[in-house]
Amino acid sequence: MTQVHDTLAALRRDGSGALIGYLPVGFPDFQTSVDAAVAIAENGVDIIELGVPYSDPVMDGAAIQAATVQALAGGFKLAHVFEAVRQIRARVDVPVLLMTYWNPVIQYGPDRFADDLVAAGGAGLITPDLIPDEAADWLSASDRTDLERIFLAAPSSSDERLKTVSELSRGFVYTVSTMGITGARSEMDGAARALTTRLRAAGDNFACVGLGISSAAQVRDVLSYADGAIVGSALVSALAEGGVPAVAAKAAELATGKSESK
Amino acid sequence: MTDLRSETGPYFGAFGGRYSPESLIAALDELTEAWDSARNDEAFLGEFRALLRDYVGRPSIITEVPRFAEHAGGARIILKREDLNHTGSHKINNALGQVLLTKRIGKTRVIAETGAGQHGVATATAAALFGLDCVIYMGEVDTERQALNVARMRLLGAEVIPVKTGSRTLKDAINDAMRDWVTNVETTNYIFGTVAGPHPFPALVRDLQKVIGEEARQQVLDLTGALPTAVTACVGGGSNAMGIFHAFLDDADVALYGFEAAGEGVDTPRHAATITKGRPGVLHGARSYLLQDEDGQTVESHSISAGLDYPGVGPEHSWLADLGRAQYRPITDAEAMEAFRLLSRTEGIIPAIESSHALAGTLKLGRELGPDATILVSLSGRGDKDMETAGRYFDLIDEGATQL
Repeated sequence: MTQVHDTLAALRRDGSGALIGYLPVGFPDFQTSVDAAVAIAENGVDIIELGVPYSDPVMDGAAIQAATVQALAGGFKLAHVFEAVRQIRARVDVPVLLMTYWNPVIQYGPDRFADDLVAAGGAGLITPDLIPDEAADWLSASDRTDLERIFLAAPSSSDERLKTVSELSRGFVYTVSTMGITGARSEMDGAARALTTRLRAAGDNFACVGLGISSAAQVRDVLSYADGAIVGSALVSALAEGGVPAVAAKAAELATGKSESK
Repeated sequence: MTDLRSETGPYFGAFGGRYSPESLIAALDELTEAWDSARNDEAFLGEFRALLRDYVGRPSIITEVPRFAEHAGGARIILKREDLNHTGSHKINNALGQVLLTKRIGKTRVIAETGAGQHGVATATAAALFGLDCVIYMGEVDTERQALNVARMRLLGAEVIPVKTGSRTLKDAINDAMRDWVTNVETTNYIFGTVAGPHPFPALVRDLQKVIGEEARQQVLDLTGALPTAVTACVGGGSNAMGIFHAFLDDADVALYGFEAAGEGVDTPRHAATITKGRPGVLHGARSYLLQDEDGQTVESHSISAGLDYPGVGPEHSWLADLGRAQYRPITDAEAMEAFRLLSRTEGIIPAIESSHALAGTLKLGRELGPDATILVSLSGRGDKDMETAGRYFDLIDEGATQL
């Protein structure tokens, strides 16, 4: 299964790049979160990144924390993510990745989690607090099931670590734009471009940039050098403020950054 | 003869590791290398030992407490007096060591989490001593029940940030400190307060606290001519316990007991007895025992003691528990508060509520072991910070006085 890889390869052939949109399952409630994911896919998002709400999300800033806290308070259960993937895949033909902290997967069982994700039609996992060094169980489960696995690369990563991350990631490498946590930033520094250049030198994986991207102009800028731009907090805030119509409009606006980017 | 003392991480059996964002790995590598070199550097160790002697007041004394021991089946009870350290607990040992390490790696700002406030006070103290910028993350609930320590930190020049997310206690303070560290890692060192977290913290903090057991082992030998029958300590994250246990790990005849906070009881949802009631999982960068639901969501803990109110525990404790080398038992709020009162009345020593869990466990253990036993207890901190909690619990504060 190489849904994300194939999507990125096709976009690269077209001289374009991917808009990747993050939304957490269960926010503001289960059905709305599914409808919102479908809506952003129908409005220019090429790959969906579904967040798995977790009690201790150390990589997330205020906007996503508030959303996932509300999802948990609203009765989110881990089993809901597979149902969400199933429903989204039945309605739109875009790859669906899960973004999950590692403990829920450990408790579910990495092999069982992989099997259920495959059965639901999911593409793979982004694992913000699992580095390749600790990922033996996930490497074997994803190899067995052909799920895509996306590790993170940071501006502070050594060249040697970038090589490992590039080799072991499948789909793309999550290229952390700046030292920090999730959240919209009005300005992005040059770290993302520099890191993408270093990643290209370290291996031939796709590089998609995330953290801080919230406008079409930023999408356009990122896609001028990277394979994808990942937007999270800006979509979550739009959904929180104006529901599905607002998040659809925000996705459409961000997607204007894709055209003529290369 | 076992060789448990030489374990340096990142793994302690099936526990430990580095379940951390990639952004932090370079900083964790830097700290690991810095500590590997510092702990073999006589100049560094000399500076650290001089601070412990001239600033902290080490070695801390031991005190035998016969009037308290009458309530423990007649066993001999000896307290290791970490409460007499400068700043009032064992936390200063670790904070000074890590601030020295911060200077060594050339960073100018330190951050820390704190529960009871003792680690925050210790870090603020060390930062003041060395002229470093200092920010302390503390759960909002804890800033309320430990208001005196908040004032101490601010007086020492630290910025105290009340954490309003999640359970608003120690667990969430660690989350926010981690977020700060990810963002500011270039200038900032995270002074982690306990033997949990990603490698190298469990080994680093243990190494900086093991002086407790090294001193106490010799002091008990000098006093009694023999090693103790048992060594006891309270366990939240577990730094004072690892500090006093470590010197005894390979003394097979010395039993080790950690006492966890059972809050309102381990059969209620309101406790913090991680090893007693949890199962292995990953939180705050390490695999260890953890209080969690079936989905792996961390469960909120409860203890009357802010310093033990944590749903995780250091990985070396999980390893010792699985090996059977140490036993971990729960102590309720009520049992701890009774021991708090008893030590105050019988010996004139007001212990921290955290340490009172070790005292309560020791009372029970003494009755099990009988009059021939000698029990060494880590009295990890003093109770001055807890007077408001104790005043409310025992109804000690006069109504008229509070109206002034």
